Formats: sequence, structure tokens, C-alpha cells
Amino acid sequence: MSFNTLFYYWREAFSSIFRNSWLSIASVGTVAVSLLILGFFSLLVINASTFTQDLESGLEIRVFLKDGQSGDSIKKIKAEIDRVSGISVVEFVPKEQALEEMKKSFGNRREVLEGLQNDNPLPDGFRVKAAQADQIPALAGKLSAIGGVDQVVYGHGLVERLVTATKWVRLAGAVILVFLCIAAIFLISTTTRMSVFARRKEIGIMILLGATNWFVRFPYILEGMILGFVGAVLAASGVYAGYISLTAYLEQSLPFVQPVTDQNVILTVLMGILGMGLLIGALGSSFSIRKFLKI
Amino acid sequence: MINFYNVTKIYPNGVKGLNDVSLTIQKGEFVFLVGPSGAGKTSLIKILFREELPTRGQVLFYGKNISRLKGREIPYLRRKIGMVFQDFRLLPQKTVFENVAFAMEVTGASKKSIRSRVPEVLEWVGLADKTKVLPSQLSGGEQQRVSIARAIVNSPMVIIADEPTGNLDPDTSWDLMKLFGEINKTGATVIMVTHARDIVDSMKKRVIALSDGRINRDEEGGVYCNEL
Repeated sequence: MSFNTLFYYWREAFSSIFRNSWLSIASVGTVAVSLLILGFFSLLVINASTFTQDLESGLEIRVFLKDGQSGDSIKKIKAEIDRVSGISVVEFVPKEQALEEMKKSFGNRREVLEGLQNDNPLPDGFRVKAAQADQIPALAGKLSAIGGVDQVVYGHGLVERLVTATKWVRLAGAVILVFLCIAAIFLISTTTRMSVFARRKEIGIMILLGATNWFVRFPYILEGMILGFVGAVLAASGVYAGYISLTAYLEQSLPFVQPVTDQNVILTVLMGILGMGLLIGALGSSFSIRKFLKI
Repeated sequence: MINFYNVTKIYPNGVKGLNDVSLTIQKGEFVFLVGPSGAGKTSLIKILFREELPTRGQVLFYGKNISRLKGREIPYLRRKIGMVFQDFRLLPQKTVFENVAFAMEVTGASKKSIRSRVPEVLEWVGLADKTKVLPSQLSGGEQQRVSIARAIVNSPMVIIADEPTGNLDPDTSWDLMKLFGEINKTGATVIMVTHARDIVDSMKKRVIALSDGRINRDEEGGVYCNEL
């Protein structure tokens, strides 16, 4: 490809953008709005899945042992628990520690529990964490089968509900993202189709003169990519400014909500928006030029 | 050299454009293609330009089988053929110079070669003083000269003219015919579809007469119509 041809592509693309300036503004606007929604939605999905991951990793199984076990048999039980696959953390909780924790959770009404110190009714036990939250019910079943184990307790129902909820959030997020992308591609292709249509005679003549399909196509694809990129830059700046002020506001007013503020994550989203802008522009315009190339 | 071997073209609606046509056109020939409308002249040109594929038979363009060209090879065939149409097909928003330069830009020619070649061709067709004018400001004959300049700017082996004088008065037509004659003298093959009887009769070139998709007459130094 010669330098002249490259120059020709850019000149044609820009002259077409400025010739149909209102249409160009409209398509930049639609891309910007679509990508703005897309960007905020991605951040929402990222936050939701971080939140559910935090919840999931906080989920634990409590294994309570039968009373009056010797140190040796406790060790044996620990060894058996270790052998169960899918477990990330196992921690022994002696009855004394269990009582302390219970007192802590009672807060300033802890005196209710005074006097139990000498006659602790709580059993020894283990605190077990699963590698994956959706494995918890199955693991609980395996753990209760171990000899010397009295009871296995986990957030029954809560775990199941949380796991399905997480799954749905991710699935719905993916579906909505795909739909937004398709809508944006469609909008760009409508816009470039206008400029292709306005120049269909010129395209016919180019083909008669022996222009290759790429030579005909490329200025339009470049036009779509420029429009898509400009829209994406607007969207990315909007998402960045909006998200920064939103997280600042949340951290002040709702300190227990922990939004994702990792710069790398935000940067990835912004780069993704720019990439999507280019891709949407290129795809949209190549759809609209296709049927004019068949001679 | 162009060879048609038993070429038949049947359109999807059942109409026969060409019916078992065989012919050879040598390099540097000047050929008139005559016949009533619907006789197959346009089908023949479209097949040669690879706008359409023959239903049966083979077409060789300088030894290359046109039907076997891959999609990406077609533009390079078209660069070897200069087309001139009855309706000129110029770009209205481009100047005379730009219209001719466009044919070179499409092939990826350098700015330098465009700047030296386009004025040369425009001078040759007699439009040296109109380079910066838009087509709408030119007469029909002048517009056709622009399209001839565009057709020859890449020095094609073959010029195909589809009723180039169909919209022009007789005097202008004669001037253009002289131009085609000169192009032919430089070595290019010229294939011309025309209904201009007096021009065909007085130029004494090869005449191929088509009717109902068949060649019913092919003679050197022929006339438009024998029967009269």
C-alpha cells in the first residue's frame, strides 16, 4: 500500500465526515451514549461480582465435634478433614475460643454469658472454608460422615441463594452487554450506510475503474472507526469522571460499601471502551458497504 | 487478443443474451459491434468486463480465462480495459482533472505520476484549458472527452465504448470518432457498440453484427447494414 493510497483513505474518510457533519455528530453521540451505558454497566457488573466474591469467601462451614474427645482423636479428625478435596482453610476452634467469640458477638450484653466459663456447654470444633462457595453443601455432607463429628453447620439456604444470585448477576450482565454492543453496531452501520448510499454512484465508478474491494471499502471503514473512536473517547471520559465522583461520594456517605477503586481495573474498562468504539465503528461500516461491492 | 469460444449467456429470467457466440479480436483491431437492442451487444461487453459470467463457453482475455479469475483478480482485469459510456459516468463534484486523476488514484499511482500524466492526456483529448472546470459546466462532447481521457489514462490494452455518441450531435460524434481512431493508432484495441450508421459505413472497419444473441455477420471493412 503506497503512501498516496494511505493519504487518499484519510482524506476521503475526513471529507465524508465533514460533508455529512450532522450525521457524523449524531453517530458519535449514539456511540458515546451506548458506550457510556456499556462502561457504567461493566463497572456495575465488576462491583457486583467483587461484592459477591467477598461474600462467598466469607462463607464458612462449622464442624462441631462430639463431646469429650482426646487430643489424639481431634488430630485424627483434622487429618481426615484435610483429606477432603475442595477445602481451602481448616482451623481448629477449641471450646474456650468458641465461647470468647460468642461473647464478642453479644457485645455489651456479654454478661449473660458470665458463669459459663467453668461449665462451657460449647463443643470443640473446626472452622472450614471451601475453595468454591457452590461446593459448600456437598462438602458439608462429606464432613458430617467423618467419625467423631457431631454436627456440621453452614449458612443453609443462604449459600445456595447467594450462589444462584451471583450466577444470575453475571449472566444478566453478559446478556445486556452483548445487546448494547449489537445496538451500537447497528447505529453506526445505519450512519455509514447513509454516507455509502450518498456515494453509491462514485463507488460504482470506482469499481469500473478497477478499484479493489479494499480500496473502495477502506475509507468507509476508517470513517466508521474514527466516529466510533471519538464516541468512545467521550464515553470513556464520562465514565471516568462519573465513576470517580460516585466512588468518592459513596466512601463518604456509605463507608461500609466498598466500591472497586483499583486503578488497573478502571483503566482496563476505559481501554475496553476505546477498543469497543473502534470495533463497533469498523464492524458497522463494513456491514453497510457490503452490498454495494457486488458487481 | 480476445477469444470467445461458444459463449452462451442465459439470464435467470430465461432470456438468452448470447447464443453460442465464437469470435476472435486481434490486438490493435478496431471493431464495431452493431445490432438492434436486445441483440446481445451489452451481454458481450459485460462478460468481457467480468460484470457477468457466461453460462456456457470460455472467454480468453490475452490468454487468461475470464471465468476462472478469482474475486481479487477482477480489478486488475478491469484496469486493462478502459470503459466509455453513453452517459459519461463522471463524478459531478470532482473537477475534470480530478475525474481523470481518480482513475489513477484507484490503482495506487503516485502523486508525481498523476501530476505529469493527467495534463498530458487532457491535452491529447483537447481539454488542456478546462482542467479546473466541473463536468456540469462542459458540453456533452467535452464531457465525453473527459471520460475518454479517464479511460486511456492508465494506458489500457482495450478500450470498450458503449454507444459513446448516443447522446451527441453528428458533428461532435465525428470529432470523437477521430479521437477513437487515434487511440487505436497508438496500438490499443477499440471495441465500439454503436447505432451511428453513417459513422460505421464511412470508417470501413471490422463490423460484427449481432441479432438474437448470435453473430449473423462479421466482415472486415463492413457497413452497418447489408440488406439496405
